[in-house]
Amino acid sequence: MIDMKKSKDRKIIFLRLFFLVVGALLVVAGVVNGGYTEVLNKAIRICYECIGIG
Amino acid sequence: MNIKDRKRRLTQLVCALLYNCNFKGFPGGRIYQGKTKGVCVPGLNCYSCPGAVGSCPLGSFQSALASSKYRFNYYVLGILLLFGIILGRVVCGFLCPVGLIQELLYKLPTKKINKGKWSSLLSYFKYLILAIFVIAIPYVLHAPGFCKYICPAGTLEGGLTLTIANEKLRALVGGLFTWKIAVLVVILVSAVFVFRSFCRFLCPLGAIYSLFYKISICGVKVDEDKCVGCNKCVCECLMDVKYVGDRECVHCGECIGKCPTCAISYKK
Repeated sequence: MIDMKKSKDRKIIFLRLFFLVVGALLVVAGVVNGGYTEVLNKAIRICYECIGIG
Repeated sequence: MNIKDRKRRLTQLVCALLYNCNFKGFPGGRIYQGKTKGVCVPGLNCYSCPGAVGSCPLGSFQSALASSKYRFNYYVLGILLLFGIILGRVVCGFLCPVGLIQELLYKLPTKKINKGKWSSLLSYFKYLILAIFVIAIPYVLHAPGFCKYICPAGTLEGGLTLTIANEKLRALVGGLFTWKIAVLVVILVSAVFVFRSFCRFLCPLGAIYSLFYKISICGVKVDEDKCVGCNKCVCECLMDVKYVGDRECVHCGECIGKCPTCAISYKK
């Protein structure tokens, strides 16, 4: 029982680390390939759809 | 309200203020254009709000899908993944202005509608909203479906504040604006009677964060050695949880003080 719990905990820790690394890599890749600029360009202009006009 | 609740309420208020601290934008109806606008905040907060100093992750996600240039924005996807894995639905309980507004509305002294099978079934509706309005419509029709037709944050924070302050925008108001105001009114009125109705049944951002419920780092946990299975935590919870910390749990911590054996605590 304790071994099963330990194995489950280990699996969760592995998944957390995996997704943290993947998330960080995606953010870095996004900044490099213009994703950040794209978000910035959208956010500094009024989004007419968001406010219910366009 | 105990100290723990006060701390949570304070966190919600501080977050709402931090997300929207460009106060000088409100009188003139002008939005902030600094570099921080490229950074996504964890909660639902419209980037067209004159006060907003950050981006809405959901708006950015739809915008990237709708854009013909970058179909796949790694940056937004990475941010959503990081928020999901670190915070999960703690964002809903602590860091979302829309959640705060709904909780305050629920405090109005009226008759309340309790959870039941109906609400448990409706809680799956937000995944449909996610699939149709956040993914399918932006991808196929090149329009941010959720922002355009549903988002109450956009109407309240962006639509109303901008059209009140900006005469040129007021002149452009039409049928879509009327529709969005109607949706906003329904959401706000329902929040008076049904606890966090928007979060439970409609919010696609909550739906995204709920996918991480098994592995998110922050949140509440149950010490199974102490738990006696009385189910008091689930019965007293206003959300449609089946157990503490499941996909519907916003980790508000209300159940911590109610557990007779002190088996619930925040993860450390």
